[in-house]
Amino acid sequence: MVEPILKVEGLKTHFKLREGMLKAVDGISFSLAPDEVLCIVGESGSGKSVTAQSILRLIDPPGHIVEGHIRYRDKDLLALSEREMEKIRGDRIGMIFQDPMTSLNPVFTIGEQISEGLREHLDLKKNEAKSRAIELLRSVGIPHPEERYRDYPHHFSGGMRQRVLIAAAIACEPDILIADEPTTALDVTIQAQILKLLADVQKRLNSALILITHDLGVVASMADRVLVMYAGEMVEYGDVKTIFEDPKHPYTIGLMNSVIRLDDQRDDELRSIRGTPLVPINPPPGCSFRSRCDAALGVCESEKPRPSSVDGGHLVSCHLMRQGGAP
Amino acid sequence: MTQRQPIDSGKVDSAWQIRRDRMRFHLRTLRLAWYAYAKDNAALGALIFLAIIILISLLAPVISPYDPAEAAGAIAAPPGTDGLILGADVDGRDILSRLFWGGRIALLVGIGPTVVATLISLFLGLTAGYFGGWFDQIMMRIIDVVFAFPLVLLAIVIAGVLEPGVWTVILAISIALTPYIARLVRTTTLNVKQQPYIEAARAGGAGDAAIILRYILPNMIPPVLVFATTLIGLMMVVGSGLSFLGLGIQPPDADWGIMVAEGRGVLRKAPHITIFPGVVIVLVALSFNFIGDGLRDALDPRRRSR
Repeated sequence: MVEPILKVEGLKTHFKLREGMLKAVDGISFSLAPDEVLCIVGESGSGKSVTAQSILRLIDPPGHIVEGHIRYRDKDLLALSEREMEKIRGDRIGMIFQDPMTSLNPVFTIGEQISEGLREHLDLKKNEAKSRAIELLRSVGIPHPEERYRDYPHHFSGGMRQRVLIAAAIACEPDILIADEPTTALDVTIQAQILKLLADVQKRLNSALILITHDLGVVASMADRVLVMYAGEMVEYGDVKTIFEDPKHPYTIGLMNSVIRLDDQRDDELRSIRGTPLVPINPPPGCSFRSRCDAALGVCESEKPRPSSVDGGHLVSCHLMRQGGAP
Repeated sequence: MTQRQPIDSGKVDSAWQIRRDRMRFHLRTLRLAWYAYAKDNAALGALIFLAIIILISLLAPVISPYDPAEAAGAIAAPPGTDGLILGADVDGRDILSRLFWGGRIALLVGIGPTVVATLISLFLGLTAGYFGGWFDQIMMRIIDVVFAFPLVLLAIVIAGVLEPGVWTVILAISIALTPYIARLVRTTTLNVKQQPYIEAARAGGAGDAAIILRYILPNMIPPVLVFATTLIGLMMVVGSGLSFLGLGIQPPDADWGIMVAEGRGVLRKAPHITIFPGVVIVLVALSFNFIGDGLRDALDPRRRSR
């Protein structure tokens, strides 16, 4: 097996709130091969974004990374100084955010914003940065990049801004791209274009991609591997085929049952998962999902399930696995 | 370290081409900003009016028909008599000449403290808002205490313990004004700091210095500048008020506030002595307000549409 480019082990990011400790991310582990596409899926508030922000150490108080290791190549990102971390951000690990409308600085032209990173990280001169920025804009499908270089963010539509943000994120040819729900704020027709662009870019740069989404259709078309999160914990982790065809965890099964699939053989209705997601503030002991789980056992009340390997790289955190036999 | 593929930059512009393009770009931005400003008729009129006032103030020694401190006609001569267009005040001095000279002090007292207070506020408010922590706490508590006193009262107290004069007025108003602007700078900083583009900048590797200089400051300056501009007129009035109370400019120096003060005793018999400086104060103060509105449009890239 190839050496993973990123290895996250036992990551815990907690937020100290007045109501108690919000365990936004509570023990997430995964590894990322150099050209792998990992999709992190889960409901809103399940800790997907916090996981991504933790990798780049963008967590602000009251949040803290309380435990875990994040290894990028041979570096422990959590042990780096802030200055060293700044050199990684935007250079070796690029990030694309959810809302392209507000993720660009409104008072500078998009050309200046892309050139900024190039001059900072690659030590390019102004003129080199400019021509490279124009090339980048062209490569993400911005028409007439020479002229658009001088335009302000408000001159662009949402989809075009997301292209600009992708151009900025890949400017230094990062090893890892993190895209945090990059299509959520966009029109459905634009979503497909942006996802295709992301897939193209990932292939061209031969970089790893962490794609955060709650759209299972996106997962099916993009992912190599899938990490399912619930209430800050890893529920299931495996390659995309396994997760879609043979999900083991009751939550993953619930997710799969709640979406329409073109290859659906079933005649019955779509089913939703009953109840609402647990907000992990001072969570009770036991499995976070048990109150919504139809197959909950006695042991689920008292003991937190640990990830166990089903076969090979397929990990499931559920007591039913140990009982032997899928629900 | 990580090995990096060489980057193919394609066609590279020469340095002078870049400089020429930048210059053209800045000129275009300026032109668009001016269009956005000039779209507002009130702002345009105010700017012209104020330009005339500033010119007159600068040229006061040349264009004043009479010495502002010497009697030039009959006591309280009405406008038009004795060859005095606006008449004479209670000491027989030419009101027009005194208005010309008084403009110098009024503008100095309006602009000076606002500039000083804004510069101090930018430093204090930005530091407090961006870094937070104990400095923020201490500064905000001090500002809370200062807010317990009305601005004018605070300025009176400060001016009262010092020797009366122009510099006292400027100092007093600067100190009294700083908390107001500092609070705006701080809240604006906090506001900008929460914008997604700040997190995006951090994710792109920007450090504190870059974020403050390239993200917070440019996005914070417009509202602060607009606020400060509207304050200039108000501070002129406050300065006139201090002079009116005898804490600022001393007679026989010409100051619009003093002129109003001197005329109030004969308001019924010779209203022109009070009315002319009063109207000028109001017009100039209003002009700064309109200019502030126009600046708001000119500084917003969204309004500088092509």
